[in-house]
Formats: sequence, structure tokens, C-alpha cells
Amino acid sequence: MSLRSLSLGLVVATLLGGAALPAAAQDSIYVPLFTYRTGPFAGSGTYIADGMHDYLEMLNQRDGGIGGVKLVIEECETGYDTKKGVECYEAVKGKNPVIVNPWSTGITLPLIPRAAVDKIPILSMAYGLSASARGDIFPWVFNPPSTYWDGMSMIIKFIGEKEGGLDKLKGKKVGFLHLDASFGKEPIPLLEELAKELGFEAKLYPVAAQDMQNQSSQWLSVRRDRPDYMIMWGWGSMNGGAIKEAVRSGYPMDKFLSVWWPSEDDARSGGAGAKGFKMLNWHGVGATYPALQDIMKNVVDKGLSKTSKDKVGELLYNRGVYNSLLIAEAIANAQKLTGKKVVSGEDVRRGMETINLDAARLKALGLEGFTDSIALSCTDHNGHRPAFMQEWDGSKWTKISDPIEPMGDRVRAQLEAAAKDYAEKNAGWPKRTETCDKAS
Amino acid sequence: MLYREAGQFKSTYASDMVVFRLKEDRAGLAVIILMAYALAFMGSDFLLQAVLIPFLVFALAAIGLNLLTGYAGQLSLGTGAFMGVGAYACYKLMTAFPDINVIVWILVSGFFSAAVGTLFGLPSLRIKGFYLAVATLAAQFFLQWCFIRIPWLVNYNVSGALDAPLRTLFGVPVVGATATPQTRYIVVLTLVIVLTWVASNLVRGRIGRMWIAVRDMDLAAELMGIRLLQTKLLAFAVSSYYCGVAGALMVFLWYGGAEYDVFNINQSFFILFMVIIGGLGSLIGSFFGAALIFIMPILLGIVLPIMLAPFGIAIGAETIEHLRFMIVGALIIFFLIVEPHGLARLWQIGKQKLLVWPFPY
Repeated sequence: MSLRSLSLGLVVATLLGGAALPAAAQDSIYVPLFTYRTGPFAGSGTYIADGMHDYLEMLNQRDGGIGGVKLVIEECETGYDTKKGVECYEAVKGKNPVIVNPWSTGITLPLIPRAAVDKIPILSMAYGLSASARGDIFPWVFNPPSTYWDGMSMIIKFIGEKEGGLDKLKGKKVGFLHLDASFGKEPIPLLEELAKELGFEAKLYPVAAQDMQNQSSQWLSVRRDRPDYMIMWGWGSMNGGAIKEAVRSGYPMDKFLSVWWPSEDDARSGGAGAKGFKMLNWHGVGATYPALQDIMKNVVDKGLSKTSKDKVGELLYNRGVYNSLLIAEAIANAQKLTGKKVVSGEDVRRGMETINLDAARLKALGLEGFTDSIALSCTDHNGHRPAFMQEWDGSKWTKISDPIEPMGDRVRAQLEAAAKDYAEKNAGWPKRTETCDKAS
Repeated sequence: MLYREAGQFKSTYASDMVVFRLKEDRAGLAVIILMAYALAFMGSDFLLQAVLIPFLVFALAAIGLNLLTGYAGQLSLGTGAFMGVGAYACYKLMTAFPDINVIVWILVSGFFSAAVGTLFGLPSLRIKGFYLAVATLAAQFFLQWCFIRIPWLVNYNVSGALDAPLRTLFGVPVVGATATPQTRYIVVLTLVIVLTWVASNLVRGRIGRMWIAVRDMDLAAELMGIRLLQTKLLAFAVSSYYCGVAGALMVFLWYGGAEYDVFNINQSFFILFMVIIGGLGSLIGSFFGAALIFIMPILLGIVLPIMLAPFGIAIGAETIEHLRFMIVGALIIFFLIVEPHGLARLWQIGKQKLLVWPFPY
């Protein structure tokens, strides 16, 4: 009987363990953070995790939370693995989380249909399902500030400007190096449409997930085809691998552009040859902003953070800060809208829809010039905000362009098609019943 | 003392040949099944949705691989892909014919997986062991490539993902976001019990004996009149059927939506480890293996912080993750050293000892 009772004991222990999890206290707001400091993507995930955590912790330390209510910040380790991400979601669900940020497209997808049922909004910042930009169809999912279609149109516009007009792209060759997954393939329809219209040739170089670090065959083709520009859509070790290969094969770096996911470490891995590499970005780099100084003073110096001092203000750290800025703003809005101090997921969804971070508000938050203004609405859960181009000068990123407006009409066309497609395939997809708030 | 054979006389061949020869065993099984159903009403959502449903899904996949590797002796690294075939087939079927019950489609989707499995099982007649493992690895990569490249499989969904539309059984939502963990759990549990029962009868009968004969020495089996091609292909078909059903259950009753990446090579290894740790050629071993590999890390994640808290040690989520890896790794090595035949063998030894306790002879 011993083994049987042992297995029985295990079950009981699980039950007890589940019950003994620290429940969020009534006078606090529970904000779970899904992070990945382990696994193949930890190189990027650790900075993001630190940024997200430190900004919220700073609010706790400096202001005693938001609106006087302390935030309970809890990290759940996903390892960028869908299995563990879903486990994390189940683990935090019972503790009244006000919002979840999956930080992985793979984890976002299973959560999207559950959001409306469990009344927990999802913030998938510039990743996840692009169609979820449509607030009328996905009231519980937010993906600000830009979609990948916005990103692609901005890069093409930037190249066009460099050439002296979009019509000058005629006859040029543009290479598209992308991760061979839904994430990397998403901008292809738009790229091909623009290629046909503007008369340039689009060459596709897919990189399978298992060859991210070994892209020699793709770059051999690049050398043969000699594209005039290269555009990259990668994540994790693919970015560093591509920059290294580009340097090795002698591709002119100033014609190598990327969407917003490479980090300093990726660029550094290319050595001196990586100088001139360009990428889109929508927020500032560096720790000179007052809010980041507050993080230094209240969190890092007190030893409350896991980050080392020199990493504060790096690109992906600041992206984590931007993510938390949206969370904090949504919570603050929710408090204003409902008059309650301790808000719930439903309130924060409304708070998210009424986000209006204009220049004045950013200044008040100590983030003047950190990022462009953004306002979301009930129908627009994305914002489709412009991003700027930044260049690697060998040791840091420098901003080299003004914010580039996306090609709004084309993005809208893609979005319409995707949303229509989604509605057709999911006949049972619930109609939006959530009411709409006026911006606060 | 309480668990012993003495006094239980078998007067017919049938009663002598039953799976559970002792009435204590039969009672124990009934209690376990009853408890499993009772948990649907007593367990928390976390326990059902994040622990028990995935445990059952993995156990079913492990049974599938065990039929092939443990009983028929054919090593396969394509389990993840075969699960994927089941999931994609189920998605296509349930969106094409939404009126037919989803449970039917989950069971039918296994046949598609079986067909694909048979196709990739063909080389098994000529190649064996590690070489066959490489051939099935090809299945893994080829099928994964198909999942990414054929948009028809996901009904031309732009995001390339599978999603779970709402489907009901007797008016209760089973698949889709509104399905409660209780309903999902009961459906998964029932399917797993039925399929395990089928498997246990399969491996005890003519087919199972053929598989075992082929596993132990295929030349001898051939001389005894067992046709190798049919036997091996049947093993691939049945195994893939189980994996396919497990894949469909995984996407529609556990995740509720997924992209191609969940059926990657890691999934195949994950299940192979369960089979090896649990015990090759044992159905109960599949459950033990799934429990050790899947539930143990979750348990550690909950228990470790509680254990360390009294000492004033607060550890971060990522440290727990590292500790989980180390402890589970150490446990795997420990169990393999103590009992190379897996947890199932330990279980068997435990029962043998109990039978003669407290007066061993």
C-alpha cells in the first residue's frame, strides 16, 4: 500500500499547496509578470523582466503604489515555453490579476479566447495577434503601439526617403530575412503588395527556428542575389546570428534594417563591423529620464532589483519600462473611471481603452521625450503609432530619423482582411458587449 | 497483511487470466477511478486545468509511444509531429463539419494520425534501432514543415494558429473558452480511461504478443509465422492513433489554441523521457512517467518556496526554475540507477513485497 498512499499523499499535497499559495491581500492590486530569465530567449527576456519589474517597484517605493494602493508584483517564469506560460496563467488566475503580459506570441494565442471569459485583459505589446488591434472584435486584448504591418510600411518609407522618393525604389531588390513562423511571415503580404506597386523586387529568406544561429545558407543566397536593402524580422538568437553573418559576408551594414526586436547585445555580437545597422524603435534609450533616475535611486540602489546598474536604460530594459508604463497608466485610469482604489481586471480593461499618454502626461510621469504620445480607444487597441529609425554606432544606439508615420490606409486594409477572416472562421466569436468609456 | 493472495481461489480459466487477479487490486483501481472523478468537483481550477488535464494528456501520448517503443521495440522520435497531425486533423474536421459532436472528431482525428504514422513506419521493416530513430526524426521535421507551410491546415488563418471554436456536448460547452475546467477534465479523464482499457486489452491479446515477439527477436518471430511488415505497421498505426488523440486533446481541451511550435522536437523528447522513466512496456509506467516529468516540477515550484520561507530565504521565480531543472534531473538519474526498468518495475517490486509482508520467505 505504501506507493499507493504515497501517490495519494502527492495529490493531497498538491491540493494543499494550491490552497497555501499566498493570496493577494484585499487592499492591494495584483500584477503578475510573465517573464523568462531562463531558456533560449533569456538573453532578451532578462532585460525586459528587469525593466517591467523595476518600474512598478519604483512606483511602490516612491509613491506607495498607484493612487495609494500598493502593487503586488509577482513574476512567473515561462522560459518562453507555451506549456509553462499556460501553467502560469492558471496559477495567477485565481489571485485576481488586473492584467497579464504573456511576452510570447505562443502564449498569447491560447489566452486570447479566455480573456473575455476570465475577465482578465491581455497586453501583448507589439506582438501577438495583429488582428487584435481591432477593439470592436477583441475588447480584452491590447497590442500597442504598432503592428508589424505598421513596422513594415515604416521601413519601406524610410528606404524610399533614403533613395529620394518611393518611386525611386523601382528596379531595386529588397531582401526580407525572417523567422519562418507566423511572426516572421505576417508582413509578407504587405511587402509583396508594395513590391508590385512600387516596382521593386522582394526576395524572401526564411530562417527556420532551429537554424537561428546558423544562417550561412541564407547569407550565401544574399551574397548571390545582392539585394540593395535587407530587412530583418527576427527574435532571440536570430538577430545576433544575422548581424554576425552580415558582417562576415561583407553586406553593407547601413543598408541592413530591422523591426524593433534586436538588442544591444545582438549588435555588439557583430563587433566593429556592425556599425551602421539600423532598427525601428519607439522609445528612448538611456537612463537620463527622471523616471529612470527614480528607478536608480529607489530600486536599484536599494538592492531591490536583479539588474546591474549599467544595464538600466538599455534598449530592452526600457522596453520593459514602457510595458509597465502602460500597465500603470491603465490602472490609474481605471481608478479615475470607477472611483475605486482597488481595481479589478474589468476596470483595468476600461482603463486601457482610455489610455491617453500625451506629451504633458509623459512629462508629469517623468518620461518627457521618452516616447511619442499614444491614445487608445474602444475600436483602436493599437494606436498605430509612428516609430523612428536608430543606428548602431559601435557602442550605442543613436536616433537618426524623425518619427515615421505608417502607411495608415494599407495597414487598415490588412487589418480589415485579417479581422474579417477571423470573424468568418469563428462563427461563434462573441459580439462585443462591453460598453465604451469616454477618455478620461 | 491486508494485501495478499491467500484464500483467493480461481476456479475458472477466465478468472485466472483477468488483468487484476486480486480483489484488493480491483478495489484499489475502483477507488483510484472514483477519486479521479471526485477530484473534478473537489479540485481547484488550477489543479484541474494546469496539473491534471495536462497529466492525462501526456499519459495518453506516453501510452501511445509505449505501445510502439516499449511493446513493439520500434524507437520513434516523431511523437510530437504525430500529435500535431491529430490536432490539425481535428481542427479541419470540426470546422468543416461543425454539427457533428467534437468528441467524435477527436476520436476520428486519431485515424489521420495513424495513416501518417503508418506511412513513416514503412522504413521500419528495413532499418532498426538508432537508424529508425533518425528516420522518424525526418517525420518530425517534415510534418512540422507542413504545419508552417500549408495554410490550408489552419483555414488560411493569418496568424497561422489553431483556435478552439465553441463546441458543446449535451448543451454543455466542452471546447472553447467558455468550457469549464470541470467539464474538460471529465471529458479527458473518460477518454483516457477508455483508451487505456482498450490498450491494456490490446497488449494482452494476440496483437500485443506479436509486438512483444517482434521486439524480443524479430527473426525468431518471423520464423514463428508472424509477418513483420504488418505487425510493425500496425504498431505504428495504433501508436500514432493514441498520439493523435492526445494531440487533439492537448490543443482543444487543454491549451484552447496553439501554434505549430508546440509540436516541435522537444515535445517528442519530453514524451520519450516519460516512457523511459516510467517503464518501457508498461501502461501504468506511462502514467508514472507523465507524473514524474510533468507534475514533479510543478510540485517543486509550489513546495520549494514554502520550504525555504521559514529560513528567511526568498527566491525568485527564475531560481526556482533552475532548481526545478536540477532536482528533476537528479531524480531522473537517481531512479534510473536504482531501477533501470523504470518506475513501473519499482511499483511491481513494491507490490510483490507487500504480498508477503510481514513474513517474507
